[in-house]
Amino acid sequence: MARSKPQTSSGSPAGTASSVPPFKHRHLLGIAQLNPVEILELLDRAEAMIPISRQPRKILPTLTGKTQINLFFENSTRTQASFEIAGKRLGALVVNMSVKTSSVAKGETLIDTATTLNAMQPDVIIVRHSAAGAVELLSQKVGCSVVNAGDGAHEHPTQALLDALTIRKHKQRLSGLTVAICGDIANSRVARSNLMLLNALNVRTRVIAPTTLLPKGIENISAEVFTDMRAGLEGADVVMMLRLQHERASGRMIPSAREYYRFYGLDAEKLALAKPDALVMHPGPMNRGVEIDPAIADGAQSVINEQVEMGVAVRMAVLDALIAEKSQVTS
Amino acid sequence: MNRPLLIENARIMDPASETFVNGALLAENGKITAIEEGAAPGAPDGATRIDATGLILAPGLVDMRVFTGEPGHEYRETLASAAAAAAAGGVTSFVCMPDTSPVIDDSALVDFIIRRAAAANGVHVLPAAAMTKGLAGEEITEFGLLKDAGAVCFTDGRKSVGSTALLRAAFTYAANFDMPVVHHLQDAGLAGAGVMHEGLMATGLGLKGIPAEAETIPLERDLQLAALTGVRYHAAQLSAAASVAIMARHRQANAKISCGVSINNLSLNENDIGSYRTFFKLSPPLRGEDDRQALIKGLKTGTIDVIHSGHDPQDVEVKRQPFAEAGDGAIGLETLLAAALRLVHSGDVDLMTVFRAMSTRPAEILGLNAGRVAVDAPADLILVDQDYPWVVDERELNSRSRNTSFENARFSGKVMRTFVAGNEIYRHGEDDK
Repeated sequence: MARSKPQTSSGSPAGTASSVPPFKHRHLLGIAQLNPVEILELLDRAEAMIPISRQPRKILPTLTGKTQINLFFENSTRTQASFEIAGKRLGALVVNMSVKTSSVAKGETLIDTATTLNAMQPDVIIVRHSAAGAVELLSQKVGCSVVNAGDGAHEHPTQALLDALTIRKHKQRLSGLTVAICGDIANSRVARSNLMLLNALNVRTRVIAPTTLLPKGIENISAEVFTDMRAGLEGADVVMMLRLQHERASGRMIPSAREYYRFYGLDAEKLALAKPDALVMHPGPMNRGVEIDPAIADGAQSVINEQVEMGVAVRMAVLDALIAEKSQVTS
Repeated sequence: MNRPLLIENARIMDPASETFVNGALLAENGKITAIEEGAAPGAPDGATRIDATGLILAPGLVDMRVFTGEPGHEYRETLASAAAAAAAGGVTSFVCMPDTSPVIDDSALVDFIIRRAAAANGVHVLPAAAMTKGLAGEEITEFGLLKDAGAVCFTDGRKSVGSTALLRAAFTYAANFDMPVVHHLQDAGLAGAGVMHEGLMATGLGLKGIPAEAETIPLERDLQLAALTGVRYHAAQLSAAASVAIMARHRQANAKISCGVSINNLSLNENDIGSYRTFFKLSPPLRGEDDRQALIKGLKTGTIDVIHSGHDPQDVEVKRQPFAEAGDGAIGLETLLAAALRLVHSGDVDLMTVFRAMSTRPAEILGLNAGRVAVDAPADLILVDQDYPWVVDERELNSRSRNTSFENARFSGKVMRTFVAGNEIYRHGEDDK
């Protein structure tokens, strides 16, 4: 396959982190706060981080002496590990905290926790919380940078960035592509962040779900809304599947996992309706046989494992952007 | 026995008779004894004379929906602090909701509220009794005994009764005693885990929404039950345009039904939530601008009877949470009138309509001798500067809690003096904290 020049912030091939202008935000709370240029700059930074993870000695000591706290109010082995590896590859001291089992259980509020952690003088706090807006609330109470690692059904910005990076690496561009996001749109922060990011970069977005899993007003956020998966997949460049919380949805939002798979599960027959070189993506963890055929998940078009690799690169880029050049922060 | 009170040169407004005269008012022994157009009548010896040039003299406000923390949560609000806030807001009578700890579902507890309220600053504290025991929605309370003890209405406060059969029984039994039933409308199943108005804004914020139908479906049910039972039914607070339309349709056939709206739903909308501002987390939720406009229209046409403050003090711990986990409610006694005057200044509603909805109509619905400026009426009065500019500073409010939806709001219009039974209980600039 002929590879064209990748779409970057400057139009030039992805450079090193040092060639990218300083990041102008103190926190990364969501894609909503970023303009298209800033998104592309973060992708460029991330692109430059990929070789670090692939070299034998995986270290770029730009965060040496910095302290990173991973504050997870919800369990998430994958995202937490990804942020931990990213921080450590940049030389930061990384501390993992699972708050669910400690202070919150003792009646401490989110803000109390934030105040306590702030007193320990961290440089960045990575936060995941089950409530939308919780990360923003916490960011108002601390003196360091805060990265949103997922807040309720609101945003998951690093997931959207890693998805975009994965797509760009394969397609050499983002603008002009058609991305279909399929599954539980109503409860998905991944879908929201992706829709915002992709819309900002002129990607044609589609959402596909039964109406019970579509939030009100989604037609104002996504270019097209489909309840028929076959119609929604037609001609798509990228098929992004979402995890179905089937144990919660069964019997209320959908009749059964079996019926869901029949109509909204990605199998070979449905995937054939997308472009022949369409990418198959999933933020994980997957319910094989519920939203995706195991053969597709592990098939030639799947870039799911690559998403995980890009996740580390994106998180390294975000940490580098937020704290390695903090002295240049203007807002 | 208090000194006679003569208020001169006032613009005297009586929403009950829809009259507006320039003149003087004399109050003696707690009652209005004379209203004269133009120059003041001769004042009795020792009378307190007040020159009210430039001020409106109106009936004290009657607030139908006030939550306090007493008994049980005095750190949020006591009856005394609520009464102080009421006086500063021009509210001379307020209905105290039964959502306390313990719940006001027993005649002894109604009596307790009345006795505790006597220690307040003169504001009439009117206890509402629970419609169901413990607000559990399962068994009706002793309506007759509660009425005898002094309850002014039956309501489950913040709770909405889900059982249609139980509501039918409650309405039927309440009709025996000619007592109003005030009901908060929210279908629990439809509202689910929703925390704000369902729509694009909620989708963008990643918050679960509450559809308008969570209100319209129980409203339709309640109004049909009201027709069936003949109860004096009051829908506590409407928030949706569709609810106003339903109410208008039913009013044509049933004169015993009425409804209210919170000043919050009348003057704010979902966009005020902005970036997860929990002081705007209310029940019913702030809805879209179209809904707000429909509520204003409903007020103008008389479909909506009452504006109330929905005063609901919540402590810092309850509000300093992520939006979805924070408690509902905002305080509002002191900002009720000023926020309502915004509607007047914007040209949306005339002054008489606003005052009628905050004094005359609630008094009529509750069967109180209040809400009028007329000879022989109680001298529960307020003097209002319709254009007085001020900015809300939550630290200066009298309430023990600070969760105001009007933090730093700029208002034109303020209560300058409040009188209960002819006694001055608040004067702007003197009693402010």
